[in-house]
Amino acid sequence: MSADVGTPAPLATGAPAPLPEDAGQWTARIRRRAVGAFPPERLLPDRQPAYVASWIYVFGVLTLTSLAVVALSGAVLALEGPSWWHQSRVGLFVNSTHLWSVELFFFFMVVHLWGKFFMAAWRGRRRATWITGVVSFIVSVGTAFTGYLSQQNFDSQWIGTQAKDGINATGAGAFFNVLNFGQMLMWHILLLPLVLGLIVVVHVLLVRKRGVVPPFPAKTAAAPALAGDVAPAPAATGGEKIGEQQ
Amino acid sequence: MPMLSADQAASRVFGAIVNLGGPGTYLHWGFIQISLANFLVIVVMVVVFLAAILLPFPHRGGPRS
Amino acid sequence: MSVSTQPTEAARHRRRRFKVDRDVEEWHGSYVRYDIVKEFTLALIVVLLLTVVASILFSSPDDHPVTLKSWATANPVDFAQTAITELDGTSGTAGYGPPYNSTPGASQDIVGPISLESAFGVHHPINTMKDYVIDPLKTLPNAPAVHAALTSYTSASPSLQQKWTGAYEKGVAKASFSNGSLGLPAGDYGPVAPMIASLTSMARSGALDGALVSSSQFYGTDYTKPLLFIADGTYMANLGAALHLQGGQWGMMNETGSYPGQAWLWLYTMWYQVSPFTTSSNADAQIWGIMMILTLLLALVPFIPGVRSIPRKIGLYRLIWRQHYRSVEVGGAGGSTGPPAPAS
Repeated sequence: MSADVGTPAPLATGAPAPLPEDAGQWTARIRRRAVGAFPPERLLPDRQPAYVASWIYVFGVLTLTSLAVVALSGAVLALEGPSWWHQSRVGLFVNSTHLWSVELFFFFMVVHLWGKFFMAAWRGRRRATWITGVVSFIVSVGTAFTGYLSQQNFDSQWIGTQAKDGINATGAGAFFNVLNFGQMLMWHILLLPLVLGLIVVVHVLLVRKRGVVPPFPAKTAAAPALAGDVAPAPAATGGEKIGEQQ
Repeated sequence: MPMLSADQAASRVFGAIVNLGGPGTYLHWGFIQISLANFLVIVVMVVVFLAAILLPFPHRGGPRS
Repeated sequence: MSVSTQPTEAARHRRRRFKVDRDVEEWHGSYVRYDIVKEFTLALIVVLLLTVVASILFSSPDDHPVTLKSWATANPVDFAQTAITELDGTSGTAGYGPPYNSTPGASQDIVGPISLESAFGVHHPINTMKDYVIDPLKTLPNAPAVHAALTSYTSASPSLQQKWTGAYEKGVAKASFSNGSLGLPAGDYGPVAPMIASLTSMARSGALDGALVSSSQFYGTDYTKPLLFIADGTYMANLGAALHLQGGQWGMMNETGSYPGQAWLWLYTMWYQVSPFTTSSNADAQIWGIMMILTLLLALVPFIPGVRSIPRKIGLYRLIWRQHYRSVEVGGAGGSTGPPAPAS
């Protein structure tokens, strides 16, 4: 099992050289799998396939950076607590940045979804990428929902008293009480961001692992030379050592 | 349009250059009813999507084989 | 990936038939320079700019919440009309069923007799007579008349209570409010009239808001009780209708004022506008069911033949990858190396 990567060189600090049985350690196994799946050139590539040549490709990173701004503006709101934005003009401004970054987030995410659909981006063992994307969308809707419920104004009262019927109808109202501000706030600032963050990380790692989906074959009716899914291959041509493989 | 009560009529929004606090405009087509704001958002999304697909993408330099 | 397993994987792959909507050709073509960190940084700057500009231009809405005080002040008759239904158990909350109480037959069914709502039981028990009327009135200091009325009501037989509340419901439908008090046509309301009058005054003073939130503890963060009480009246419902937030107005998508709302909820709210859901008493449960199924289908698009062929059949991809397809024409078979594609 250790034949593929070989034993690492002894550390310069003079630590003892690794032994053959080290390879069985949980740490070593996880590290080997992680580094194998995500070598640095794949995690932070400096090359990408030539077919990635359209503005539609920027909507993934726009979605991601919007989410970062949502989190950042939310963090500033958290500094002063949930009543700050009702009492302070600066607080209202920060709340506005939180609202508009959320609008941008959904805007870019949906355009990203449309692009990925029309590229059939699930092809080539990228179904998990697609699925984690859809799940991110749904969890985002839920996260935004708990945010709207946490506003402590008329809008949150309205949304709560209206939404309770749908949620109660599923039985979830017994555990998830949209009229309970404290519960909704904690779901909004802790539980759902954690879940969303985790799913987004998996989604992005999957994109890095599989790479950007290649185009449909130029003649879509014709079968290509190599049937079946694409397995990671060595560097394409010309002796270029590149991490980004299809 | 029913009168808004004291609670709602004073929806002036602090600090906004464009006051979106006034009563919204709503568009009706058959059973569809949509706020002007939402409609504009959707239209802009479609325009941006088409622009993203149609606009030429700068040709990247770099090693080619 | 370990070298030792690759031949087996490739052999397995070769045995699978290539399906153009599921599989891809391996890319043997060229790569171009790409700065992922720079791209992220630029995107972040763009988003920050857009966010700050939008915030400066439009700010964000913050309509004041409705309180029992603002409600009873703006429309004391509606408050009294709601309060009597809380006392006699005919209000929306009183007859809601789980999770607030166990009114038989009140919960929604998804299909046939299947009710998830009932299955989970009463987790947020509310006894509207006690929680909304009797207990708050008991907290009033220096109000011997009210306490006497309470004693009279609670010690009366259920049929006598119903006689009083029934009469009051009829009377309050024609009520008016002037000089700080409710005026009802003459009738045998028993202790109910002073009870509701006192509750209305209590609401107008703000004391009822406090009593309902802190009924079980000092630091309240659970607003279930006051919100359900407010939602039982027509005051909040009218405010919502005026702001186009009602379910039948596609309200789920909307925001107060002229702000954009939640356009992404369009499909969820659409079902509420079409039959049979417009008239179904189980609409909420049924529509949740539909949306769960559609969401699942969206997630499983890669597995659904026909649906996963739509992108290829529509052909929008030819625009997205037009540079690539041009370079393929110039350079030969798909993805092979060749002279760079002409600039588009």
